[in-house]
Amino acid sequence: MLDISPAEWTAILLSLRVAVIATLVATPFGIALAWLLARKDFWGKSMLDAVVHLPLVLPPVVTGYLLLLTFGRRGLVGAFLADHLGIVFAFRWTGAALACGIMSFPLLVRPMRLSIEAIDRRLEQAAETLGAAPWKVFFTVTLPLALPGVLAGMVLGFAKAIGEFGATITFVSNIPGETQTISSAIYSLIQTPDGDRAAGRLVIVSIVLAIGALIAAEWFARRATQRLHGN
Amino acid sequence: MLRVDIEKQLGEFSLHASFSSEGRVIGLFGASGAGKSSLVNMIAGLLRPDRGTIVIDGETVDDTAAGIHVPTYRRRIGYVFQDARLFPHLNVAQNLDYGRRMNSLASDPAQHKRVVELLDIGALLDRRPGKLSGGERQRVALGRALLSKPRLLLLDEPLGALDEGRKLEILPYLVRLRDEANVPMVYVSHDVAELRQLATQIVMLKQGRVTSFGGVKVLT
Repeated sequence: MLDISPAEWTAILLSLRVAVIATLVATPFGIALAWLLARKDFWGKSMLDAVVHLPLVLPPVVTGYLLLLTFGRRGLVGAFLADHLGIVFAFRWTGAALACGIMSFPLLVRPMRLSIEAIDRRLEQAAETLGAAPWKVFFTVTLPLALPGVLAGMVLGFAKAIGEFGATITFVSNIPGETQTISSAIYSLIQTPDGDRAAGRLVIVSIVLAIGALIAAEWFARRATQRLHGN
Repeated sequence: MLRVDIEKQLGEFSLHASFSSEGRVIGLFGASGAGKSSLVNMIAGLLRPDRGTIVIDGETVDDTAAGIHVPTYRRRIGYVFQDARLFPHLNVAQNLDYGRRMNSLASDPAQHKRVVELLDIGALLDRRPGKLSGGERQRVALGRALLSKPRLLLLDEPLGALDEGRKLEILPYLVRLRDEANVPMVYVSHDVAELRQLATQIVMLKQGRVTSFGGVKVLT
């Protein structure tokens, strides 16, 4: 219908792969952080909260550049990972996933945190009186009740990750088949004289994916409310 | 069975209670704000005393001098709250089974059947808590606490959120529970009639102090 070319498919599939991996890896960290921010008081909490939200307000090119400085071949962490573990982020699709994961993290954490905050803590107390150790309370009461929020966070994070552009192109450049996502492909196409139609097709794909993600997030939020009311 | 000797400062309010009882049902009586719930929460381990000791069934669960504070989940108590607190994401059967799973107890179909019959909740097993009436919820909460095989059952105004009709509906179950379930109970209430029917011993609390202790006769 849209008549998408093989090169465009490559960009779409790469975007999907990058966003899926970014979301899956970020989720456990997101849940842990959401729980920490929702439930614990500790020194430096507002600082941590600010750092998590930083990618939302910082120019993406700055985040990308910082990633390059840190995770590039000669970066502090990047050199260590490359020398000792053989993991390279710079100019690889894995680097794109890292950039997308960090850029989408604030959006992923927020619904998770809100859904954990909405849980009646007296239910967790009840679980404890029934013999559940704290980690069992988390997995049998807190997490199941927060699940719709966790899924909503994943969907939003995914939607953000699939559209990420600035940090990704700064950190891993725009290499077709390796780091060229939908966004960077569109960017290249609109700079090419006859790229308009191809760019248009990818724009439509982007819009469909974004709207689909928002509808899914909305649906999960509704499920969350129902679940908390025990119907 | 239960020995309590604690002090706790809660803002302006100070709680200083000491009693020891072998009674089957200890009625904790007092007006609201007398410190009943705080005392029960301390027995449950949800609240930590500033000073003192709590001994359940011979085991010291709190001793501030010795630095002992057994966490709630290892106290092997059952707690029925005024607001039931059933898990909304689990159906009635799963709620009932929760304590057994958390304590890794072997399943005990005979005990399960006995409790379900005692509380008359067999018809509710597939339902979600959101679809239960207040009285049904409270019966399920009782069953859930009992099936975790506690050595002490704490009931904090379990009828407090119910209207008169519902109270009369639940009371007979509580009497049967006392006579058949063989679990010692601490029953918190500000209702003299309720305690007359259920309690074997009374601890009377007034503004954070035990003012009298003895048989139900003290409720005059």
